[in-house]
Amino acid sequence: MVTTPTRIAHPLGLELDHIDHGYMIGGVFTPVLDDISLSIAPGEFVALLGPSGCGKSTLLRLIAGLEPPHGGTILAEDIPISGPGPDRIVMFQDPTLYPWRTVRGNVALGHDIAGRKDPASVDAAIELVGLKGFERAWPHQLSGGMAQRAALARALVNDPRVLILDEPLGKLDSLTRLTMQTELHRLWRDRGFTAIMVTHDVEEALLLATRIVVFSPRPARIIADLPIDLPPHRHRDDPRLLDLRKNILTQLGHSADW
Amino acid sequence: MSSPNTPSPNQTAHTPSGQTATKSGTSSRRPLLPWVAGPAWFLAALVTWRWPDADDFPDTNQLAALFCTIGLALTVTAALRRLSARAPWAIALGLGFTAWEIIQAKLLWLPRPFFGTPQDLLDVFLTDWRRLGDSLLHSLGLLAVGYGIGAALGVAIGIGLGRSLRFRYWVRPLIRLIGPLPPVALLPLAFIIIPSSRLASEALLALAAGFPTTILTWSGVAAVDPAYYDVARTMGARNRFLVLRVALPAAMPQIFVGLFMGLGVSFATLVVAEMLGVKSGLGFYMQWAQGWAAYPNMYAALLVMSLMCTGLVTLLFKVRDRVLSWQKDGLKW
Ligand SMILES: Nc1ncnc2c1ncn2[C@@H]1O[C@H](COP(=O)(O)OP(=O)(O)O)[C@@H](O)[C@H]1O
Ligand SMILES: [Mg+2]
Repeated sequence: MVTTPTRIAHPLGLELDHIDHGYMIGGVFTPVLDDISLSIAPGEFVALLGPSGCGKSTLLRLIAGLEPPHGGTILAEDIPISGPGPDRIVMFQDPTLYPWRTVRGNVALGHDIAGRKDPASVDAAIELVGLKGFERAWPHQLSGGMAQRAALARALVNDPRVLILDEPLGKLDSLTRLTMQTELHRLWRDRGFTAIMVTHDVEEALLLATRIVVFSPRPARIIADLPIDLPPHRHRDDPRLLDLRKNILTQLGHSADW
Repeated sequence: MSSPNTPSPNQTAHTPSGQTATKSGTSSRRPLLPWVAGPAWFLAALVTWRWPDADDFPDTNQLAALFCTIGLALTVTAALRRLSARAPWAIALGLGFTAWEIIQAKLLWLPRPFFGTPQDLLDVFLTDWRRLGDSLLHSLGLLAVGYGIGAALGVAIGIGLGRSLRFRYWVRPLIRLIGPLPPVALLPLAFIIIPSSRLASEALLALAAGFPTTILTWSGVAAVDPAYYDVARTMGARNRFLVLRVALPAAMPQIFVGLFMGLGVSFATLVVAEMLGVKSGLGFYMQWAQGWAAYPNMYAALLVMSLMCTGLVTLLFKVRDRVLSWQKDGLKW
């Protein structure tokens, strides 16, 4: 069995206040986020759902501090976010492991950046995601699922107070997905970080999240904000889950397809 | 283990079942060829020693002794079972020297002095080794300084071009103006405005190595997946880390292409610089040999130079293989 690290002390709460954002695309300004206000409590697991290209990844980049928003503010515990920081770690859709670092080197990235030496926590994170024995493997020697696990370990090693997940399981085969969903859920419950996850899979959102936020097509506006009051251990064919699923698909304009 | 780079007929053979058998698979046929290598060189020694020379060539007996020594060494290597892949080459070389010896030293079929005998070549190494070695060291010294500085500057400038808009604004036009110019075109000017011809040559060698390195480093850095930066930035990485620990390693495969190209241009520049200005080095030696119609010396210098160049390229590839050991596959030099 995998040893469970101690629950981290302070999950981070976030306050998004009237966020506007946009990009110049082909010389034309294109609004992407339209007046997004969202209050995320510490320890919540928020799933973001919306049509592709609506601006979900953009919102995550703003929360991570990789770009400043054009309008509005993002507060983390009442302090405006001014840049990226290791308390808010992003796990991207692609594993984006550095090919010139071994699995171990990739997982230790956060430590290297912080100038910290803590091999024990690197080993623990690798073991946690089930990659023990692959520490010295190069990324090109990993399967897609293993690479995504390594990326998860690389994120966890920083003990993030918010874990920001951008379709982290989107490219995995369905069986690997199921395993990773379970592990993600277990990690979130054990560690107690705040999780913000973009997914295109309604069922995944329903299984993992404590709250689902639904966005309109671009420019993204919040069109639904649904608390999921279900027990932490959910079953895929729970009738309440199926009701919610129907509701959300209707919100997304797919009432006929579910 | 990977399959050998140059498959030798005796090492890879097809068994009747159609499978490819290596080494242990064909024990009955394999060990024969390595044992032929020694005798091929003994043959060269025998021909050299017993067959009278067509003219009064120097060092015939020493050459025979050298061939004999090589034959012995090859026999020992065969006994140690270390020769299998290289055996065909060892045999071919032994027979080649035999043929050369017969054609030129014994029968004198080709016009002298443009075509020498093996003993002429050996004589140069035996009598003039001090000056040859000295020239080699001078060339290497010039290369090391010029190429080293050029390579380091090239990587630094390439990173600057790839990462900083302002740097690119100012430096790019200069690079575009000066870079494509063959460094040797600047030689006459450099020898005039730089008082020391050695310094002038080093500057041109730096230019020769610097341009390809700069361009390929730049293109390597420009091609770095922006997501690599995002990953590090979200963990709090600052610019220094992004440059040295993300951009640089990510661009490394390209940088080595630039270093390799720069090495080639440096060789060319080195030879011309030594022929035109620096009164030392292999290029100078070669020109001196030509002036005195000392053709064997020229061949000897050419041989040393080609060994130097291939040695340096091999060294570069060894470094590359080590630095880029994370790559899935790489060219085998
Ligand atoms: N760096 C950028 N430059 C220009 N346009 C961008 C950039 N990033 C995203 N966009 C645009 O913003 C919109 C939203 O993108 P994104 O947030 O990635 O959508 P989602 O993640 O919801 O699929 C898209 O139309 C995309 O073209
Ligand atoms: Mg996206």
